[in-house]
Amino acid sequence: MIDQDFIDELLAKHSYLGFISHEDCLTLSCNRDHWVDFATYLSLEETFDLLVDLTAIDHGEDAEIRFSVVCHYYSRVHHDYIRAHVECASNENPEIPSLSSIYPSADWHERETFDMFGIRFSNHPNMKRILMWDEYPYFPLRKDFPLAGIDTPLPAPDVVEVTKASVEPAPMMGGPFVSSGSGPMSDSEPRAKDESWTEKSEKPG
Amino acid sequence: MSPTTTKEISIGDVAAREAAGITQMEGEERMALNVGPSHPTTHGVLRLILELNGDMIEKCEPVLGYLHRGDEKIAENMTYNQFVPYTDRLDYLAPLANNVAYAISVEKLTGLELPERCQAIRVLVCELARISSHLLGMGVFGMDAGAWTPFMYTFTEREKLYTLFEELTGARFTTSYTRIGGVARDIPDGWLDRVSKFCDELPLATDEVEKLLTRNRIFLDRTEGIGQISKEDALAYGLTGPNLRASGIDLDLRKDKPYSGYEKYDFDVPIGTRGDCYDRYLVRIEEVRQSIRIIKQVIADFPSGAWYAEDAKKIFAPPKEKILSSMEELIQNFMIVTEGPQIPSGEVYFEAENPKGALGFYIVSKGGGVPYRMKIRAPSFCNLSILEKLVPGHLLSDITVILGSLDFVMGECDR
Repeated sequence: MIDQDFIDELLAKHSYLGFISHEDCLTLSCNRDHWVDFATYLSLEETFDLLVDLTAIDHGEDAEIRFSVVCHYYSRVHHDYIRAHVECASNENPEIPSLSSIYPSADWHERETFDMFGIRFSNHPNMKRILMWDEYPYFPLRKDFPLAGIDTPLPAPDVVEVTKASVEPAPMMGGPFVSSGSGPMSDSEPRAKDESWTEKSEKPG
Repeated sequence: MSPTTTKEISIGDVAAREAAGITQMEGEERMALNVGPSHPTTHGVLRLILELNGDMIEKCEPVLGYLHRGDEKIAENMTYNQFVPYTDRLDYLAPLANNVAYAISVEKLTGLELPERCQAIRVLVCELARISSHLLGMGVFGMDAGAWTPFMYTFTEREKLYTLFEELTGARFTTSYTRIGGVARDIPDGWLDRVSKFCDELPLATDEVEKLLTRNRIFLDRTEGIGQISKEDALAYGLTGPNLRASGIDLDLRKDKPYSGYEKYDFDVPIGTRGDCYDRYLVRIEEVRQSIRIIKQVIADFPSGAWYAEDAKKIFAPPKEKILSSMEELIQNFMIVTEGPQIPSGEVYFEAENPKGALGFYIVSKGGGVPYRMKIRAPSFCNLSILEKLVPGHLLSDITVILGSLDFVMGECDR
């Protein structure tokens, strides 16, 4: 387990780190310019030889800083994780330096994060989509993307010509139903959380 | 290019050829080969774009996403309990282990302590799921290498396991057994005896598989020294589970960071020495034996008492007979079903040692019954990321063996 001495020493050594919490694991915020330095330090001078997970959070369209990237490192010596947050400077063209040269496992995680959130990772060797197809125009895990999906043309024009097929949204009006649990009874009735496409509102896209 | 260089560097030595700046040898032609997405060896819908030089693979580009269903987006739109059935469909060969990993992640966010009996049930089902997954993994691995018979033996045993799962959960395949704060129901009468009986019979079958595979000359020729992963590579590419341990890294989260009471049980963690396909098979077969050991200990000292968290009023709905006879419990049940279990705001990351590797859930909550963001760290996704580095330099016929030995599930990889 990571103890208080370790945290104090780490924070004293690296002024660009900020302490957030130490509940389930040590959570730190990292300065964007030192994102790679911190990973290098953890991998070379500390024993965090596994980058287990890297992902992003969309804090909503109205948030001052919309996207932040979260990364989890694991140490086989401490038997514990470190979680590091870094904020993306621009809300329109979010970009963060890539860790894939230090931890090759970051390669696919960063491609997935780009695929789902549109966050670009600079110096990444192969920055393209991984789960969706290359021509897909949206970033599905952004909060403004509807659960039902958006009408999208298929990437193969010759197939479309013959089949007239396209990717069609699937309405979620049949559920899952969730109650907000607040306000008057009529408002807190269980309903689909994402109502961007119902009987009352037009199909998105 | 001088003829002497072509003599010294073998065709398969890609690194040496690159160092010598040789891209194409005299008279050779490259061929692009598309394996999958629907191909028996990909165990699902994985696509590999290979660049071949004769039979030698020079480049491998995995293409994923054919089974992408947007599980993480779906999770943001439903309550914590509503998501349990979706976890069945991650690693669909060990749904019980996924259920448990997910439930523990959410419980960790609430700081809920579960009674001993519930923890014991969860350990028991996790180990049964591990046996079920490894039996399939070993069976199809033998089949990938050309041995049909072991598959028949492992599937016979797996069938018995599914009967046990059905008795416990009501479903053979998609179990949806856990709830936040407990499990769906207590174990049925006499079930433990039937699990005991299964555990007594299983070693006979694993011995049979060993007789057919472990010293089988053809199997050895196909797997030994093939798909070797070094310790450094295994860590760098974020491999976990049996694939990491076969490379000689002693990392098992059941020992390293025990959860659900695993620290109470005595078991060994098998590790490999060379990290090749054969070692990955040996590690799996030994893990099955260790799982039997754990199950026997759980059954020998099975705790009595509650099988769900009794003091978690806003998290776990009480059993049905209480709901139907008491007003308070009825309201409690209604709130949990409509609004979801009430989870405090915060963030949590939890990894469980699943049969395929470390299955992690990163949950960001802003309070209430629905997560704000949920990331699923799928072990198969990370285990496959090494393919680009691992496959070049092997023969085309080794692809089936390498993929079989990595034992991945695309349902989990693509989410």
